[in-house]
Amino acid sequence: MSRKVFVDVLIRQDKDGKITPLAVTWEDGAVYEIDRVTRVCRAASLKAGGAGIRYTCRIQNQETYLFNDDDKWFVEAKN
Amino acid sequence: MERSILHVDCNKFYASVECLYRPELRSLPVVVGGDVEKRRGIVLTKNEVAAKYNIKTGEAIWQARQKCPQLVCLPPNFPLYLRYSRLARDIYARYTDRIEPFGLDECWLDVTGSGLFGDGLQIAEEIRERVKFELGITVSIGVSYNKIFAKLGSDYKKPDAVTLITKKNFKSIVWPLPASDLLYVGRATTGKLRNCGIYTIGDLACRTPEYLHTVFGKVGYMLYAFANGLDAEPVCALGDTAVIKSIGNSTTAPRDLENETDVKIVYYVLAESVARRMREQGFRCRTVCVSVRDNELVSFIRQCKLKRYTANAKEIAESAMDLFRQNYTWPKPIRSVGISCTDFEHENSHFQLDFYESYEKRAKMESLDKTVDTLKSRFGNYCIQRGLMLSDAGLSGFNPYDDHTIHPIAYLKSK
Repeated sequence: MSRKVFVDVLIRQDKDGKITPLAVTWEDGAVYEIDRVTRVCRAASLKAGGAGIRYTCRIQNQETYLFNDDDKWFVEAKN
Repeated sequence: MERSILHVDCNKFYASVECLYRPELRSLPVVVGGDVEKRRGIVLTKNEVAAKYNIKTGEAIWQARQKCPQLVCLPPNFPLYLRYSRLARDIYARYTDRIEPFGLDECWLDVTGSGLFGDGLQIAEEIRERVKFELGITVSIGVSYNKIFAKLGSDYKKPDAVTLITKKNFKSIVWPLPASDLLYVGRATTGKLRNCGIYTIGDLACRTPEYLHTVFGKVGYMLYAFANGLDAEPVCALGDTAVIKSIGNSTTAPRDLENETDVKIVYYVLAESVARRMREQGFRCRTVCVSVRDNELVSFIRQCKLKRYTANAKEIAESAMDLFRQNYTWPKPIRSVGISCTDFEHENSHFQLDFYESYEKRAKMESLDKTVDTLKSRFGNYCIQRGLMLSDAGLSGFNPYDDHTIHPIAYLKSK
């Protein structure tokens, strides 16, 4: 089981309404830029608890799931 | 062409959604139940772990705690369940537009024309996988050629399973099941069936329709059709809404109602909500029905016809009070009461004027009602209240209008 951490997310919304997350602010205030979003789908997070639109992001060469659950963003933290 | 109908049932829906959001509770016995303090403490749903302790839906939370002292009891979060119910329907809508909800957690789907996605069984498997992946909850699905067998199929194997019932195998799957598994066979019908020596669905199917008709009336024909897979009820299309036949609200009071004033307060709160909901639909009613349950759970229902159609809370509450006075002699204090209104006409219909009553006064009352509705929708239910409500804020401090947004659904809509 991992920890559910709600985060601030900087997003870009284009004129068609499509949303792309650009950067995540971690709970300690550190800002991590998202290098690439490789996949977007609806998915549940059984580890952290919740479900929503899941963005598979590459951050500093690591793959991270970023969830948008009813317009609140969270990630599955390792501990 | 043989129809292909799915019945999708979200397993232990409320508890599954709660456990999804609180992974730490998944291995513990969890129930979702009403507020014990407000005396609505019954089990609404339990999770798989709690089910192992033989905890049943509908029993009191203290009874459940006796069976399992470490039970985790969560209050219901209906807006969340409604959202998940909608998300699940969004998944079904990728396959068909014929989706008929049966409560929050169940749906019938007609996928006869969805051949592009495969046959019924393939679609069922795909939906099962998708709901689990996307929403994190499990469903059980029955696949069959009519709605009744599809529903039996979804109950047959759970959780997270698909059951196929065809014209070839239904005798071996459906017929050995107890007759009480069939839709519309409740406690009373099960008793009657037993008296006739009918215990299983197979027993029922092998009687002649004429025999069942003599015992049960026209329901007999229906039960015969259900048991033999002859039900031809269509699956409604998405967005079809059933004709509203009644609007009602009921409540269990936070304390026993001891006298007429107590009852009056609660009836007025309920009548306000019922009348507001009727006005929203543009209805006026002519029949008012009250239900009363005393503190030993003995209950009765009485109804009366009004002199004219109305959507005014005061008229409804007063006729409910009249009914109550005529029928209750206070052998015991009262635990819960309800009001429902039926026999509707549209508010724009013509109506009979009365020599002895001022029409202007009525028109004024109607416009007052509309003003109050607007105020309440803008500033909340408690922004304007009757003076009566303030005499016991504890009794009147509930909001049936906003709190009861999940409505019961009937299978037989047009009959």
